[in-house]
Amino acid sequence: MSELIYKVPTMAEMAASNETPEVLFWVGCAGSFDDRYKKVTVAFVKILNKAGVKFAVLGTEESCTGDPARRAGNEFTFQMLAMSNIQVLDMYGVKKIVTACPHCFNTLKNEYPELGGNYEVLHHSEYLQQLIDEGRVRIESGESFKGRKITFHDSCYLGRANGIYEAPRHVLEALDADLVEMKRSKVKGLCCGAGGGQMFKEPEPGKKDINIERIEEAIDTGATTIAVACPFCMVMITDGIKNKEKEDSVKVFDLAELIAQAEGL
Amino acid sequence: MALIQQIIFLVILGIVGWLVYKRASLIRKTIMLGRDEDRYDQPAQRFSIMFRVAFGQKKMFDRPLIGIMHFVVYAGFLLINIEVLEIVLDGILGKHRLFAPFLGTFYNFLIGFFEFLAVGVLVTCLIFLIRRTILKVERLKPSRHREMNGWPELDGKIILIFEIILMLAILTMNAADTVLQEMGSRHYTVTGDFPFSQFLKPIFTSWTEPSLVIYERFAWWFHILGIFAFAVYVTYSKHLHIALAFPNTYFSRLTPKGEMNNMPDITKEVKIMLGLTTPEDAVAGAENVFPERFGAKDVPDLSWKNLMDAYSCTECGRCTSACPANLTGKKLSPRKIMMDTRDRLEDIGRNMQVNSGAFVDDGKSLIGDYISNEEILACTTCNACVQECPILINPLDIILQLRRYKVMDEAQAPGSWNAMFQNLDTNQAPWKFSPGDRFNWADKLRNEG
Repeated sequence: MSELIYKVPTMAEMAASNETPEVLFWVGCAGSFDDRYKKVTVAFVKILNKAGVKFAVLGTEESCTGDPARRAGNEFTFQMLAMSNIQVLDMYGVKKIVTACPHCFNTLKNEYPELGGNYEVLHHSEYLQQLIDEGRVRIESGESFKGRKITFHDSCYLGRANGIYEAPRHVLEALDADLVEMKRSKVKGLCCGAGGGQMFKEPEPGKKDINIERIEEAIDTGATTIAVACPFCMVMITDGIKNKEKEDSVKVFDLAELIAQAEGL
Repeated sequence: MALIQQIIFLVILGIVGWLVYKRASLIRKTIMLGRDEDRYDQPAQRFSIMFRVAFGQKKMFDRPLIGIMHFVVYAGFLLINIEVLEIVLDGILGKHRLFAPFLGTFYNFLIGFFEFLAVGVLVTCLIFLIRRTILKVERLKPSRHREMNGWPELDGKIILIFEIILMLAILTMNAADTVLQEMGSRHYTVTGDFPFSQFLKPIFTSWTEPSLVIYERFAWWFHILGIFAFAVYVTYSKHLHIALAFPNTYFSRLTPKGEMNNMPDITKEVKIMLGLTTPEDAVAGAENVFPERFGAKDVPDLSWKNLMDAYSCTECGRCTSACPANLTGKKLSPRKIMMDTRDRLEDIGRNMQVNSGAFVDDGKSLIGDYISNEEILACTTCNACVQECPILINPLDIILQLRRYKVMDEAQAPGSWNAMFQNLDTNQAPWKFSPGDRFNWADKLRNEG
């Protein structure tokens, strides 16, 4: 697929050439700055390119949605960020947004409307499912997942917060892998420990870290791949695997990375 | 003799009614101390939720066995009340088995059904008591959960023992009654045997008529006084959920769990700061009173629904047993958040009672004196507690409001959070990266293109 030329147009470039994208890809801070999650961003961009989706990103015009500030109790900072994001989004007339981060997704979808920002917001698991269902993404010519044991870790902000449990699983089913569930999954899914601002501080005193509790459950399934759909979960689960010294036998990937691998991208 | 019984009954009924009314008024008054919040939209959907979750106990069946057992106690409680109505009317009118002549054979079916329920309640309450005292279910253990020490543990047991004794009273009362009927005792309407109490008849067959009458009257009085005592007790107990589960589910949140309530006061400020509106417009716009404080320091800063949640909590601990922070040994327990909120409300209620209806500042507040900062800082906002609650209580909503107070009003965020806020304010990212580098991830792809 080396002949494929990947494009990452910005909204500003689109606007300059009087074009309107189908969808805005909201990259998020982790997707922009975190070395591990940047790979997910790239994988998703490759999938969008191959599927022929006319998308754009905000590039340097994007800011944090404000999620960590709001969860940590700092409403001023949240609203400052949210309002300026809404100004940018409305300036470009954005109607539809897709993001790979459940925290961005939840904030854009559920919390921006009250501040005047109304958009159709999709998480990339939902968007990937649509692309697969429409036949725009075809699982072929890449790595085979047949017989590989994969377990999916539900992100709280995708699952309980927004009731999205099936879309990520449908995406994984398309890989024809052996999908196994952890003891606590879907509505009962155990948090990775990073939400609510915990990502940005040391945990309170206790007898165990939450991600260790979770990773033990994931290892118990016998899965060799843990699929995640959230940048914070990615960090916590990866750290958990390192703590258990299982880096060689258990890999952590985002849904988009798995699809990109299966497509040979 | 009958007339004296009637008078005593009416006096007691009056006292019980007055006590329950006084207590319910106080509870209502303390709930209304809470901040205003509109939960009156979409009545059809709200009714449907109440019907499924409170009336139909949908969420209790997440654990099917416990769900069925709880349903037996619940159905028994609801339906045996029909018999209580007869008992109350008998008491007022000085009659005995008032409904029997009107209902004919259906009466026997009805009492038979009540006896069936009574046995069901009896057996289930015994099992529940065994779970609490012998099997020691993890989420109910005081040694594991500090909020269950003392009164809450005792309260749970008292209610179960209460119900067991009440059910025994009904069954032995019916047995003594039917033995008296067979003796042809005056006043005892002939109904024939009832399905379960007939097996208790051998206890009474050798008794004399007067002692049987005394026992039957004793059991009757014991049963009805027990129910009256229970009615008063419930208002002081976690058992208030039998009434509050209904309004509590009706007024529950209809928005996605992930959505955190907006703070309109701050929206006004931010709009001025961003030049989206002028201060003059904002002031002219409404009765622009700057809030006394941000977030919640004490219970009156919470919404009335948060406070109703606190009174509705049954202390079952499903929330705490699903909380990732609690599971890994942190101090946070969502159940404790609800119980502390209720304790604070009760303290304020007592304070108001002794100060002729007005609250006199006692120098205490919910955050600090009841709930510690360490507890609220441990929350990952994962919504597991909200998901678990069988009657749609939302501990997370309270935690978030307390956090807002600590962080915005007292400016007491952990240092690393302050660093995160600073990064957000200056670089629009929670980490220390330059905003100009935000698009660097695409360099390789774009250069290839």
